[in-house]
Amino acid sequence: MKELLDGLDRAFENKTRLGIMSALVVNDRLDFNALKELLGATDGNLASHLKSLERSDYVVYEKDFLDRKPNTTYYATDLGREAFKKHIQAIEQLLKKL
Amino acid sequence: MKEKYIEDLSDIKKIMDRSTRFLSLSGLAGISTGLSALVGSGVAYVVIFKGNDYLVPGAVEIAKTGKAHLLLIALGTLVLSIGSAMLFTVRNTKKRNQRAWNAQSKELLVNLLIPLVTGGVACLILLSRGFLGLLPPLTLIFYGLALVNGSRNTLPEIRNLGLIQIFIGLAAFQFITYGLFLWVLGFGVFQIIYGVIVQKKYRQ
Repeated sequence: MKELLDGLDRAFENKTRLGIMSALVVNDRLDFNALKELLGATDGNLASHLKSLERSDYVVYEKDFLDRKPNTTYYATDLGREAFKKHIQAIEQLLKKL
Repeated sequence: MKEKYIEDLSDIKKIMDRSTRFLSLSGLAGISTGLSALVGSGVAYVVIFKGNDYLVPGAVEIAKTGKAHLLLIALGTLVLSIGSAMLFTVRNTKKRNQRAWNAQSKELLVNLLIPLVTGGVACLILLSRGFLGLLPPLTLIFYGLALVNGSRNTLPEIRNLGLIQIFIGLAAFQFITYGLFLWVLGFGVFQIIYGVIVQKKYRQ
């Protein structure tokens, strides 16, 4: 049981972070507002969870200007994709044993 | 604990679908475009095709006014079907508290328009040269290709509807004299059937 739980990634324990990663692995890129609409999160909440995923090197961002307004686009890194895949596999293993 | 992880997996799937697919496409839009096609083809039959052997493999002699009328009927049908489809779809997005114009609907529109505009331009050129018999098969085939291409970005049922349109389009190439009938079958009947299926399945 303990080894099974070890497979789970702490970074994805939170619903918002799990949601961010789910969206970023199936899209090449998403901007802040698209993520916000998708997950129904507040600006502050979303920003803090994105920051935490950045610190784990699971997502990176790029800043540019869209119609003269600053726009932040997020990408999942290879490390993040791999971690997400492992996390899902761990959940599936866990569900088989439970 | 088991429930939490099952819920996690279902959330992941939901977010993946919602972030890549425009799921508010309305079944009523399918029905209304099908009905527009029935009206349009009825008018085209009465005004253009009745009593004339225009549906042949080669170019036909047709007066400029005849071409203009056919173009006008086609434009009218297009405006009616796109207009009604947009109306029902926008209404559906409002009901679901989503925006109609978002990343997913933009992607869907672009992927639909690439084959659709290509086919549209090809058909305009053929019409100007009098190849009326090639219009039913080509409009069906390009529309089918557009649906298959766009189906990644919307309800998965759209892919099968696209394949059906391609198949009917190929049949219309083989049986050119039955072009108008097959056009009604594809753009009218199957479009309406799929509208009903989508409407029932997603209980909109």
